[in-house]
Amino acid sequence: MNADRLEIVTLQGVARRFGAVRALDGVDLSVLRGQCLGLVGHNGAGKSTLMNVLAGTLNADRGVLRIGDAEVQGFSAAVAKANGIRCVFQELSLCPNLTVAENTRIFHAALSGRGWRGRAKALIRAKLDEIFPGHGIDPGDMVGDLSIGKRQIVEIACAFTQTETPLRLVILDEPTSSLDAVTSKQLLEFVRKEVDGGLACILISHVLGEVLDYADEIVVMKDGLIVAQDDAATFTRARLVEAMGNVAKAADKDVEARRVIRGNAPVVVQANAGAALTAHQGEIVGLAGLAGHGQTKLLLDIFEATGSKRLATRVEGPVAFVAGDRQTDGVFHRWSISANVGVRSLRRMVRRGVIDPVAEAVMGDEWQRKINIKTPDMGSNILSLSGGNQQKALFARALASDAQIILMDDPMRGVDFGTKLEVYEIIRQEAARGRTFLWYSTETEELHNCDHIYVFRDGAIVADMSNAELTEEKILSHSFQETA
Amino acid sequence: MWRQVTSPRVLRAILPAASFVILLAAIFYVQPRAMSYFGMNLMLQYTVPIALATIAQMFIITVNDLDLSIGAFVGLTACIGATLLADSPLLGVLALLACVGAYAALGALIYWRNLPSIVVTLGMSFVWLGGAVLILPTPGGTAPGWVKAIMGLKTPVVPFPIIATLVIGISVHLVLMRSSYGTVLRGVGGNPRAVKRAGWSLLKAKMVMYAAAGFFGVLSGLSLIGLTSAADAHIADRYTLYAIAGVILGGGEFVGGRVSPIGAIIGALTLALTGSFLTFLRISPDWQIGAQGGILILVLALRALIKRQEG
Amino acid sequence: MTAFKTLSEKPWIWSFLGMIAIWAATAIYTGGKGSADVITAALSFATFTAIVGVGQMFVIATGPGNVDLSIPSTIALSGAVAMKVMDGSNAMLPVGAAASLGCGLAVGVLNYLLIRVLRIPPIIATLSSSFLILSTAIAYGRGLKIKPPPLLAEFTTAQVWGLPVLALFFAVFAFGMSVVLNRTIYGRSVLAIGQNMRAARLAGIKVERTRFLTYALSAVLAATCGFLLAGFSGGASLNMGQEYLLGSIAVVVIGGTSVAGGKANLPGILGASMFMFLLVTMLNTFGASAGVRLVMTGLIIVAVITIAGGEDAQS
Repeated sequence: MNADRLEIVTLQGVARRFGAVRALDGVDLSVLRGQCLGLVGHNGAGKSTLMNVLAGTLNADRGVLRIGDAEVQGFSAAVAKANGIRCVFQELSLCPNLTVAENTRIFHAALSGRGWRGRAKALIRAKLDEIFPGHGIDPGDMVGDLSIGKRQIVEIACAFTQTETPLRLVILDEPTSSLDAVTSKQLLEFVRKEVDGGLACILISHVLGEVLDYADEIVVMKDGLIVAQDDAATFTRARLVEAMGNVAKAADKDVEARRVIRGNAPVVVQANAGAALTAHQGEIVGLAGLAGHGQTKLLLDIFEATGSKRLATRVEGPVAFVAGDRQTDGVFHRWSISANVGVRSLRRMVRRGVIDPVAEAVMGDEWQRKINIKTPDMGSNILSLSGGNQQKALFARALASDAQIILMDDPMRGVDFGTKLEVYEIIRQEAARGRTFLWYSTETEELHNCDHIYVFRDGAIVADMSNAELTEEKILSHSFQETA
Repeated sequence: MWRQVTSPRVLRAILPAASFVILLAAIFYVQPRAMSYFGMNLMLQYTVPIALATIAQMFIITVNDLDLSIGAFVGLTACIGATLLADSPLLGVLALLACVGAYAALGALIYWRNLPSIVVTLGMSFVWLGGAVLILPTPGGTAPGWVKAIMGLKTPVVPFPIIATLVIGISVHLVLMRSSYGTVLRGVGGNPRAVKRAGWSLLKAKMVMYAAAGFFGVLSGLSLIGLTSAADAHIADRYTLYAIAGVILGGGEFVGGRVSPIGAIIGALTLALTGSFLTFLRISPDWQIGAQGGILILVLALRALIKRQEG
Repeated sequence: MTAFKTLSEKPWIWSFLGMIAIWAATAIYTGGKGSADVITAALSFATFTAIVGVGQMFVIATGPGNVDLSIPSTIALSGAVAMKVMDGSNAMLPVGAAASLGCGLAVGVLNYLLIRVLRIPPIIATLSSSFLILSTAIAYGRGLKIKPPPLLAEFTTAQVWGLPVLALFFAVFAFGMSVVLNRTIYGRSVLAIGQNMRAARLAGIKVERTRFLTYALSAVLAATCGFLLAGFSGGASLNMGQEYLLGSIAVVVIGGTSVAGGKANLPGILGASMFMFLLVTMLNTFGASAGVRLVMTGLIIVAVITIAGGEDAQS
């Protein structure tokens, strides 16, 4: 019934919040038959949330979702699937203990009964051969034994297989992130061909060349909104970068006041990720680039290397880690705020062999004042705090400790603006006192607080620049690959 | 060629079979008389109930749980088999069906409340044991004639235990490893989120696996009394340990849905043979259980070594 | 709602309430006859459960998947070794105690090495080591019928004002362990690891050292229990540890320690140990058979874990 209508899916005023963060802030979008829609945007622009809403794995807080011309209530993954909407997620969703063909079977309820294995094998082999000729994957291969790239190939091919419901829309989230140039091109050519045959496709990629070359229309997102939408032909690389960037520059007058001359202070961290990274005492070093391009891994390497004399990584002095992913890396959810702040400094609280609860409370109260944690009682559970204040508690944990080097793993995720400004100020003060900060941030504005910035792409440092040289365009341009 | 043979994956796959063959060779070397129909029958007669309990445990491990009550459960079903089933078959069958149903309900409870399976099954082991004591307060009872007849079958050329374990292994392999729903069940162990996203019910999968474990527990109990004729609440206490060890010796992993029914059968055979081997070596039976623990650790050590090689 | 919240924040209260309720029920049934004796007996037996329960609690508190299944065999080994070393002589008492603790330490080291070096999940590591330990105990203690030194037997059965001396000593020890749990770096490390091992490591906690100490502590306490139990029951027997596998886990769970890790409760173990013993006594008084007692014990444990576990599933 949708065949004569052009729109496959239409979104109207779709919004979704995560706590204080507006991931989607009223998005209107329609995807048409025979259209490849390119979707670009910087970290946290809302691309992934939008995708999840379309795939039915996240529900929108408000807004309307139409399939064809019928408004859908209670959209879910099952409804999406029944309407021929498929999504290849960035995290791999295959079962590693099953073969390629068996994973295809999990995907298709219709593959059952006598001879299902043969049918599954034929189905996935045909699709693999069609999209990725020369892929070298056997349907009988165990997925866990395949390389990451091959797993991604399997996942993509699996998404394009058809049994009962015809395929209408395929959403590809960074499909080429683990693929080499040849397979990437194979995939994109295939997508182009399918789209010309009437399929709709949403292509999300940080390789701008891919989007420019293969999409019919490009949508640029920023801060949960669509900020530009036009025919792909009207975009150039420069225009895309400009559209993704911030129009209003962060005011960074007072930052300029404390610019240290690099190299005068002793080196405290020396690490390597494709190129050398150096941090001097009292410096704020920024790690930039798109999320998940090796910044966290480098921070963890530095954390692990503390105390050990490894050749590649040298760390002088005690280290503390400020987690960005609070729930998995930072917060002890059963403990009070004070206990969460004090856990890194227990050694200093020991009086006559046991931890002095008074010392712990004193430290908690002291840092509540210093960093302005908004709570009536530092003895209450850490989860009673808002996200931003939990983050402040984690900052307090690091700053209250004896650490001279502080590693920050994009800690400002989901933190409100006021809190951010307070924390920036504290970081500058502490740096002035001789502490060194290694600060991974996905927000370009934040990088203006850093003295020196390293840009990461695909797990390696691809550029470095001083604060004076820093521009948003430069960061974006290094973060997004030149060509496909 | 050599590189291919020594590749970690191949090594890991042949490890269970290799340990079995080496053990068997050692037995034949120490005691050549064991290499006969009668000798094999004697050495392997208890493998059938152990293999069935191992398969039951394997179903639970497939969905990333662990059953610490399977021994007590086998004891209970043995007691039911030697009393109710022999005296009033209908009631006996109903009781055994209720046992399987209880296992399915356990699976549902563990999934629904997200409970740690070890604590729940440890608690249930008391319930099973208590039930067995209630049914059969003192050792005794009689196995139904047909059960004894099956277990006492004299098959030509190849001893019955070998044929029986092979049949069990192959049929479970067909259901779990080859059937289309078996694939989904294993997928639950590998990546539950993906399976759920594809539209399958995890609750149903857990219940099916627990029910299957209960079913094989019943079979294990019945086959055990077929050999011993009488039952006792504590008859199968050691089976909990045997079953876990059997799955692991057979190449199964504790998490991730990587299991192998054929491997589990080989693991059970290896465990049963260890006892005979130690007897032939005139090592006191005191060390039997220790040797089984030692073999388990050895196999796990070898596997850790291979894994490190895999990088 | 607030009252419920306050109570649920003190999870040990349930085990004590249960204990009192059961004791009262028994006392009413018997018309108050022998109620004091029941308490004395309960204190004696509960002490042994509580000793291993404390070790198990620290292990379980280090997070999901951590359980020490080698406790029963360690009890058996320690008892057998101690009895043989002492050979009924008071003079050898310190040597016997040292040998017993040495057994415990060795088991702890073995368990930790299996977990660390072979990267086996703790359940399987302690399970397979329990095979080895039990065999050693069987082989070493074959035909063992040695009476404990009189002094040990006296000490473990002595009473002051109707209270077992052992229970009094244990009360002091339990208080000490409660301080260790809540007020030392080690205790805090255990709780932090149990909540989130990755966050604990990133917060600078010595994860491996803590895990080693925890498994060593559990084994040493099991060994202590074996030593005392052999003295209490007039000699070591190979299956004297058997009931402590479920017993140790049950008192930890009923006592309000979270099986999801990171939350431990020492007073709860004391209440739960008493509760478990009194439950059996009550069922005995009511004339319940052994089977009913077992079924009830099992069902209560499953019920407690179902109620207590639900809270963790949501967070």
